[in-house]
Amino acid sequence: MTVLDALPSVEHAAVLDESSKREIRRAILTAIAVPGYQVPFGSREMPVARGWGSGGLQLTLAIVGPDDVVKVYDQGEDGGVNAANLRRLIRRSEGVETTTDPRQATVIQTRHRVPEDELRADQTLVLQVPVPEPLRGVERDMNELRRMHAEGDYSKMWVSLYEDLVRNGVITETTGYPCLVGGRYVIATTPIPRWDVPPLHQAAFLSLFSAGREKRIYAIPPYTDVEPLTFEDVPFEVEKVSARCRCGLVVPDGDLQSYQVEIPQQDGSSVWACSDTDWCTRQRVEAGLLDPSAITETEVDL
Amino acid sequence: MSPSAATAPIPTTTTTSTVDYPPSSPRPPALTVRQLSKYYGPILGCRDVEFEVAPGEALGIIGESGSGKSTAMRCIAGDHDATSGRITMGTVGDGHTDILTMSPSDRRALRVKDIAVVYQDPSEGLDLGVSAGGNIADRLTAAGWRNFGRIRERAAELLERTEVPLDRMDDPVRTFSGGMRQRVQLAKALANRPPLLLLDEPTTGLDASVAAGVLDLIRDLLEETGVGAVVVSHDFKVIEMLTRRCLVMHQGHVVEQGLTDQLLEDPQHPYSQRLVGAARG
Repeated sequence: MTVLDALPSVEHAAVLDESSKREIRRAILTAIAVPGYQVPFGSREMPVARGWGSGGLQLTLAIVGPDDVVKVYDQGEDGGVNAANLRRLIRRSEGVETTTDPRQATVIQTRHRVPEDELRADQTLVLQVPVPEPLRGVERDMNELRRMHAEGDYSKMWVSLYEDLVRNGVITETTGYPCLVGGRYVIATTPIPRWDVPPLHQAAFLSLFSAGREKRIYAIPPYTDVEPLTFEDVPFEVEKVSARCRCGLVVPDGDLQSYQVEIPQQDGSSVWACSDTDWCTRQRVEAGLLDPSAITETEVDL
Repeated sequence: MSPSAATAPIPTTTTTSTVDYPPSSPRPPALTVRQLSKYYGPILGCRDVEFEVAPGEALGIIGESGSGKSTAMRCIAGDHDATSGRITMGTVGDGHTDILTMSPSDRRALRVKDIAVVYQDPSEGLDLGVSAGGNIADRLTAAGWRNFGRIRERAAELLERTEVPLDRMDDPVRTFSGGMRQRVQLAKALANRPPLLLLDEPTTGLDASVAAGVLDLIRDLLEETGVGAVVVSHDFKVIEMLTRRCLVMHQGHVVEQGLTDQLLEDPQHPYSQRLVGAARG
C-alpha cells in the first residue's frame, strides 16, 4: 500500500491542501518582489523525505493549474527514480499533464540542472534546494547571517573566494556558485553546476528556489541580473570537458555543446555523456542517428 | 587545477612606504569627543570624557584597569553603545555629524572607511583561521576592492612594511606568534588608509623585546602615515613613546590632561602622582 494507492483517483485528492498552497504562493510573491531574498515558509510534511525534493514539490503543487504541463527531472535525467516518482505524484495529485520535453512544459521542476534548451517567458523553473544559505560556509550565527544579508555585507564571502584562489589558484566552488541577484542579495545557485549559471542572467523565465528542510523560498524574476561573484581580474569560468559525448554530436569547443557528466564503467574506465538526456536524445533524432519510433513512452500510471 | 601549495603570486614591492597621507593642513579635528558617558546598568564605565584629536596627532589615554579608558575607546569604535555624549569626526559628513546617532549599519561602514582598531587580543581584530593576506583582504573587500591582483599587492606591501615575512602571507594567522599577530592587525588596520586609528593596549601581553619591536613599528607608522590615533594603555612607557599629549583617567573620569612629557615630569592630580610614582618606582 503506497501513498499513491491511498489517493482516490478523483479530483481534489491533493497531497497539499488549498490553504497551504496559498501560503506558499504568498511566500513566492514576496520572493519575486525581493529578488534573491530568502523568504521563510511553513514547509509541510510531504510523502517524500526532506532532502528528496520536498521543497520543490510543495512549490510545484502550489503553482500548477489544470492547464499546466509539468516536467520533473533529476541530474538532467528524466528517468531517475526520484524524478519519475515526483512526476507521477504531481500528475496524480493535481491532474496535470506531464512531459519529458522541456519545450512543452510550463513548469519544470529540477535538481542539479537547468535545461539545455533556452526557456521561454511562459515557463517557470522550480529548483529543489538542499542548502539555501550561501554564507553558511563562512558564518554560522543565524543573527549575524541576517545582518550580513540586510546590510549587503558580503566581505566574508569575498575573503573565502580570496583564500580559495590563494590556496588552489582557482575558485573551486563547483555547484551552488554564489551569485549577486539584482545587485542586492547573494544567493546560492544550489545545486546547479557553473555551466547553468550564465543562462539565469537576464533570463526570460522565472526561477523559483525552494528548500523544504530549511523552509526557505527565493526567486530570480525574469530579466534580472545574476552575477557570479568573482574578482575583476579573475574571470568566471564554466566547466570544460575535453571529452566527447558518446552521442557523438557534442564536441568540446564545437557549435554544439552541453554539460557533460562522467559515467563510470565496469572495467574502471569512464565515458562522458550529455547530462540532459532528453536534449541528447532529440539531438540524435535530428541528426538521423536515432529512429524516433525507437523512443517509447514507457511511463505508465501505476 | 592543482591542489598544490600557494599558486597565486606574491608580488614584490618597493621598499618605500605607500601607507601615506597628505601633509597636515588646517583641518577640523580628526576626532572630537564631548561629554561621553557610558553606564553598564548602574555601574559607571566612564563619565563626561572630552577630548580632541588633530589630524595626524596621537593622543594617549592612561589609567589603571577599570579606569574607563577602554570603555571610552570602545564607545568611539562602536563596539559599545554610549549612554550619552557626542562624537564627531572631521572626515565624516560635514564634520558635525554625531556618529553616536548613526544607524548600526552606518556605524559599521564607518569602521571600514574611517576608523580602524587594533585590539590587545588579536582574535578580536583578526579571523585566526584565515591567512594574513585574507585578513587584509577582509578590510579591502569590505571597502569595495574587487581586483585580486591589487588586493594581493596591497597586502604584500603592508605585510612587508609591518615586517611580517612574506612567505607567511598565505598561512593562517593561528600559526603566528603573538608579536606577528599584532603586526598583522596593524597591517589590516592601515590597509585602506583610515584617518583614525584606535590602539587598545597594543603591546600588553607581549614579552618585553617583542613589545619593544611592535612599539617601534607603531611609532614609525604613526609618523609615516599621519593617521590620527588614540592610544589606550596602562603603561607609561607606551604612552611616552607614542604620544605627545595624553589624558589620565581614574574611576571613569578624566582627572588630568596635558603634554605627555610635562605630565610625567610634574603630575598635578594626586592620582596621576601615584600613577607616575608607581611607574618610576
